Amino acid sequence: MTDVSNSGKLGEPLERLDGPAKVTGTARYAFEQPVDDPLYLHPLQADIARGRVVRIDTSPAEALSGVHTVLTHENAESLSSRVDVELAVLQSPEIGYRGQVIGAVVADTQEIAAHAAGLVEVTYERHPHDTVFRSDDEIVYTPDGSNPMIGEDLDRGDVDEALAAAEYAVDATYTTPAEYNNPMEPHATIAVWESAELTLYDSNQGSYTVRDMIAPTLGMDPQRVHVFAPHVGGGFGSKGVPHAHVMLAALAARKLEGRPVKCALSRRQMFSLVGYRPPTRQRVRLGADSAGRLTATEHSALEQTARVKEYAEQSASAARNMYVSANRRITNELAVLDVPVPTWMRAPGEAGGMYALETAMDEMALTCGVDPVEFRVRNEPERAPESGLPFSSRNLVSCLRQGAEMFGWNDRDPEPGVRRENGWLSGTGVAAATFPSFSIPGSKATIGYEPGGYYRVEIGAVDLGTGSRTALSQIAAEALEVPVEAVRLHLGSTEQPRASIAGGSSGTASWGSTIVQAAREFRAEHGAEPAEGAETTAEAAANPAAGEYAMNAYGAQFAEVAVNADSGEIRVPRMLGVFAAGRIVNARTARSQFLGGMTMGLSMALHEHGVLDGRFGHVVNHDLAGYHVAGNADVGSVEVSWLDEHDPHVNPMGIKGIGEIGIVGVAAAIGNAARHATGIRVRELPLTPEKFLI
Amino acid sequence: MDAEITLRVDGQRRTLSVDTRTTLLDALRERMGVTSPKKGCDHGQCGACTVLLDGRRATSCLTFAVANDDSEVVTAEGLAEDERPHPVQQAFLDNDGFQCGYCTPGQICSAVGMLDEVKAGWPSHVTEDLDEPPELDDEEIRERMSGNLCRCGAYANIVSAIREAAE
Repeated sequence: MTDVSNSGKLGEPLERLDGPAKVTGTARYAFEQPVDDPLYLHPLQADIARGRVVRIDTSPAEALSGVHTVLTHENAESLSSRVDVELAVLQSPEIGYRGQVIGAVVADTQEIAAHAAGLVEVTYERHPHDTVFRSDDEIVYTPDGSNPMIGEDLDRGDVDEALAAAEYAVDATYTTPAEYNNPMEPHATIAVWESAELTLYDSNQGSYTVRDMIAPTLGMDPQRVHVFAPHVGGGFGSKGVPHAHVMLAALAARKLEGRPVKCALSRRQMFSLVGYRPPTRQRVRLGADSAGRLTATEHSALEQTARVKEYAEQSASAARNMYVSANRRITNELAVLDVPVPTWMRAPGEAGGMYALETAMDEMALTCGVDPVEFRVRNEPERAPESGLPFSSRNLVSCLRQGAEMFGWNDRDPEPGVRRENGWLSGTGVAAATFPSFSIPGSKATIGYEPGGYYRVEIGAVDLGTGSRTALSQIAAEALEVPVEAVRLHLGSTEQPRASIAGGSSGTASWGSTIVQAAREFRAEHGAEPAEGAETTAEAAANPAAGEYAMNAYGAQFAEVAVNADSGEIRVPRMLGVFAAGRIVNARTARSQFLGGMTMGLSMALHEHGVLDGRFGHVVNHDLAGYHVAGNADVGSVEVSWLDEHDPHVNPMGIKGIGEIGIVGVAAAIGNAARHATGIRVRELPLTPEKFLI
Repeated sequence: MDAEITLRVDGQRRTLSVDTRTTLLDALRERMGVTSPKKGCDHGQCGACTVLLDGRRATSCLTFAVANDDSEVVTAEGLAEDERPHPVQQAFLDNDGFQCGYCTPGQICSAVGMLDEVKAGWPSHVTEDLDEPPELDDEEIRERMSGNLCRCGAYANIVSAIREAAE
């Protein structure tokens, strides 16, 4: 039994407040909200990768009893804004990728809607398409910047000269495949249209983001759009912005006013409609002097984007600031293709980019003959290399040292391919992790003192399963100096004050700062013994330290792997992650966040690979049987630890985001361990068995 | 085509008319308002819809409602008695064996069914000695729970929870 503390003090492992509802299944997610007499929407998707619809015959579908309408580009209303092509559904017959929405059937039941969808006959004019990710000049370009507002490419010093003069050099190319978020709860929405007001019960990472994007597309006053996301079954980035199905449901509800319209995407539909981590090809060149200090760093990344909408993953961004290097070149290019639109997936940029950089670091450590932990320590910068700013706190070295101690790294024999038992080769590997500590300004919170002696705390934030409901209650309790039982937190909709998106690991920092500010103002206004009905709404001031410090979380990932010498099967019996991520708000839910990130990292390392068929432009393995995500038997011992880090600059609580850093570096640590086990360096994810049979 | 069926769901007898194409999962969720079992894939690939069907764990998306006339269905909601969580549910709470909660009711029904299978002496893929009653170590738990995916990655905590509940 784990100790349960209900004092609510920051850091204590308070049990998840929505735990009882979740273990019984009574927590209601978007599609489960009770509505009267709903209709069901089934999207129609393009069967070709590029071209146009020349004829769409909906009459056999409409003739089916129970079908209310079939929306197509021929009968859909003209939208007020077409800025976001994902949301501007059914505005033209043009097709930009396979799986694009070309219509929707709305019927009394799911069964009728699915049946009718199969009766719609579509005639296409096919245009040549290009869907194969590669580095050919004709599809490659340099974007103006990359996610999330990272500027232009960087070129400092003279990388080529430094490489030529380097004592040791590494030049290697790494590839990562398309990976799919696959939250367990499929994207779903219920649209209700009543008296010119739209209500959406929607699975998302920010109700205000959904309102802000849907309202202008429909030409509506945002105040008339109400979004509720009471419980969300994971998102990992794919629910960060609304996708086509939300618009389809809204359009259908407006057309069929009076009956709610329910739409849940199928697992297969998600593979083309809600985004994915784009495949990458990354070249890393490192140069080091005889003391094992980096003199040159070049990270050139190429990622896939969609012709219909640009998404520029920032794979090379971590290399801007990770290690010392007087000469540094960072470039980011995109390959534009007729493919579905990529988007954020847990640690976009860092997850794929640090796989390449941290594998290259391992290669360089071996080349220099320096222990991989020691090599990273030697290349620790004193200030952020790109900006020259001091770090608000940076404890990567402590993570590496403590992890090495805990993992038993220090007794490691560096010789590869020599530990063999019962046909299994074993080895250990390490990689560093980093993720920026973002905070998004502009959120507001309301605190009220209610009859019965409790504090009502309202903020339009969302809990994807991260534990924010619990963590924010603890923050409110501490800020108000009351027990957590005296706090009732309300979140998850646009009925509460505006809050920023749950993304970039920014939620708890941004919303927590807002709640702290509201608590301070509440106490200043109403004192320690407020009257019933006392209420204050506040917005957090921008962080005065922003721009004065480089703010990031750090971590060290250790992995032990076993590779079967005959079959190439690779297992990961043991992982350890040690993190320096500021103050930990809830030791229980934080541990689960790190653990979850590391587990997804294992999945990325060993299993995940969306296979696109270039002839047709579709993902062949578009379900959970073909696209394997780690299952229980794939995961061994996963140990999580963190440093007691005090960062006075990041925010009033001293916390850094922890939702994403757990995945960063895991694939590199596992790949580096596999190299140690077998002597084989694989530079292509996932690390499937055939790659170890050479 | 519709057919009338009777189900006992979480102890309550319910009679309803269903489209013969309706899965047991959709009958529960969309027709009866029983949303404890979740739809994660609708193809029997994720386990989120797991219920106890006549006492055994089953993916309710892979069976038609009409084929289950007169069946007994127990969901995670029905496992809790008088507002008190089932020991497996309590162990999931104690070990934080979940994050988003969407796979959780299925994980819990699966664990309850699995523990009965072990008690009945059923072997698994990783059971070495088929002549002896299986011993529920971590490897057995992992193997037997691999039909239930958890994208939040709570497996390590799920294993701890089930080990604790089994004791």
